[in-house]
Amino acid sequence: MMTLVLNRLIISVPVLFGVLLLGFGLLILVPGDPAIVMAGPMATPEVVAAIRTEMGLDEPVLTQFFRYLGRMAEGDLGRSLISNKTVISELGAAIGPTTELMVACLIWSIPLGIALGTLAAVWRGSITDRAIMAFSVAGVSLPIFFICLMLIHFVGVQWRLLPFIGRGGPLWTIDGLRHIALPALSLGLIFIGPVARMTRSSVLEVLRLDHVRTARAKGLSETRVILRHGLRNALIPVVTLVGLQAGYLLGGAVVTESIFSYPGIGRLAVGAILSSDFPLAQGAILILALAFILINLIVDVLYALLDPRVQTS
Amino acid sequence: MKMEEVDIGTTTEPLLKVEDLAVEFHVSGTVQRALQGVSLTLQRGRTLGLVGESGCGKSVTSLSIMRLLPQPPGHYAGGRIVLEGRDLLSMPERDMRVLRGGRIGMIFQEPMTSLNPVYTCGEQIVESLTVHSGLSSKAAMDRAVELLDLVGLPSPKERAHDYPHQLSGGQRQRVMIALALANDPDLLIADEPTTALDVTIQAQILDLMTDLRERTGAAVLLVTHDLGVVAQTCDDVVVMYAGGVVEQAPTKALFADPQHPYTIGLMAAVPRIDTTVDRLSTIAGSVPPPWVKIDGCRFASRCPLADDRCRSAVPPLREIGPDHAVACWRAPIEETTV
Ligand SMILES: Nc1ncnc2c1ncn2[C@@H]1O[C@H](COP(=O)(O)OP(=O)(O)OP(=O)(O)O)[C@@H](O)[C@H]1O
Ligand code: SF4
Ligand SMILES: [Mg+2]
Repeated sequence: MMTLVLNRLIISVPVLFGVLLLGFGLLILVPGDPAIVMAGPMATPEVVAAIRTEMGLDEPVLTQFFRYLGRMAEGDLGRSLISNKTVISELGAAIGPTTELMVACLIWSIPLGIALGTLAAVWRGSITDRAIMAFSVAGVSLPIFFICLMLIHFVGVQWRLLPFIGRGGPLWTIDGLRHIALPALSLGLIFIGPVARMTRSSVLEVLRLDHVRTARAKGLSETRVILRHGLRNALIPVVTLVGLQAGYLLGGAVVTESIFSYPGIGRLAVGAILSSDFPLAQGAILILALAFILINLIVDVLYALLDPRVQTS
Repeated sequence: MKMEEVDIGTTTEPLLKVEDLAVEFHVSGTVQRALQGVSLTLQRGRTLGLVGESGCGKSVTSLSIMRLLPQPPGHYAGGRIVLEGRDLLSMPERDMRVLRGGRIGMIFQEPMTSLNPVYTCGEQIVESLTVHSGLSSKAAMDRAVELLDLVGLPSPKERAHDYPHQLSGGQRQRVMIALALANDPDLLIADEPTTALDVTIQAQILDLMTDLRERTGAAVLLVTHDLGVVAQTCDDVVVMYAGGVVEQAPTKALFADPQHPYTIGLMAAVPRIDTTVDRLSTIAGSVPPPWVKIDGCRFASRCPLADDRCRSAVPPLREIGPDHAVACWRAPIEETTV
């Protein structure tokens, strides 16, 4: 297990490097001059030039890149051009809320997706199956912003059931829960579909295998056969899928946080990009990439836990 | 072993009687008759060999006894399967579950895939034990280790904690046997238990099964297409052809005096005893496919003795000697005529 984690971390290094490169490229390629942004609209060209020199922007690209890598290695992500706070502190404040949103989204959508997929598999071809599959397809094909807006419109505005702006506090407080409910619901709704569909096809496949016949020949009840010898084995590919969907989930978080004004990394990233706050945008993207790597690491560990053939061979 | 069980062993009521079993498969609008009236009798403590070419319905017959045929597409179209006077086909699913893995144990052909890869061998045996006998999991694990020892796995304690992929095919089949024997079944169904294994392992597994039958007193239904295996291990034989039984007899009688032209052809095609039934493709012609409806004897298209009656009426399975039954209008047949 340790070697597995280690291997994974080693594989992550080039990915991380790519992300750093991308973050740096953002600075070079995207229109808009950080020096002008920093100097403000009223600044004279002399001031802008001075700032540019101070930031090292007039040096060769390669030099800039290595300097940038060096700063990253020291954990110095620079300062926000807008708020002048360190990027680290801005990210630090946003990472908690985003983690909470992820937890609040996954904690109900994954179990529900798995349960729906299993039911659909067991009753394949029935009305229930078709209803579940139609629901999954809808969840996948409706754009997330649309789901968010519908929820805001009905649950938030018309029925006044739940707040839909900002964060109410930590997850364990009532107000925190009330505020996170709609964003977590929106984000989870797009996640249920793929999980349910993958579970369904995986369970159907496993139930055809020889060992399921052996389980029946042992005299186990059908429920036990389906859960312990069908679903249990079917979870292995489902976990992989969840890992593959991680990027999708993070992307959804960016949209959801922006729409609900939820103070997480996603909204931070969008805000930073819109205001040409390059250091902050770089930092946010770096964090999102790290999250992606971390989620996949967790998935790999789960995979190994679920499939003894991975650990022992 | 308890006294009463020994007593029952001496009564004449057979342990298992399959009567005129018909099974259909409904596949994309067509009806295929996989079994067209299969009858066989298995006495307590004996081994009955079920032989026949590939596709003749051996697996369908053995799965039917467990009522494990996939439904759909499978469908029981008639007949009875009687275990100690009770018809399994009309039994509620609940009662059937008590029998599966309890009174009836089953071993499958594919040792590589028949065990669940995500549980240890011990866990899989323990599950059967706890479901049937309500043993605590601790006691069940001890019993599982005992069973693994019984089937001849070296260091059974360690093996109990191994996952199936850590064992060889032969070892996995031993685990399957331990699993099938877990709750002291009266009937052990083994569907080609050695076909997937290499020859030396085959012999070991067969020896083990013979030995275990003697020790446990369980009756065995052994599906095989290996006549050598039949000669070595079975007390009685049922020969199947194209979804029906053509002959049932004690092994000795069958080998000494085969009565059905198909069986006679089999024996003729088997100069040595270590040959499989699939050699029978040396008999001219081929097996009629299951979707073809045939009025008379299903072997008529290949039978050298076929006449008009054979082609118009199905020959019933009838006794022509002690425990020797044949489904052929022309039986008993003089040896020289074929
Ligand atoms: N699930 C199924 N769906 C449709 N037809 C089936 C199914 N299972 C078996 N059959 C048909 O039933 C017939 C008997 O098959 P069966 O598996 O019992 O043969 P067998 O005697 O065990 O052969 P083998 O020696 O190859 O194992 C075959 O014609 C097969 O096509
Ligand atoms: S009934 Fe007729 S066709 Fe069938 S095996 Fe006997 S002799 Fe041959
Ligand atoms: Mg078979």
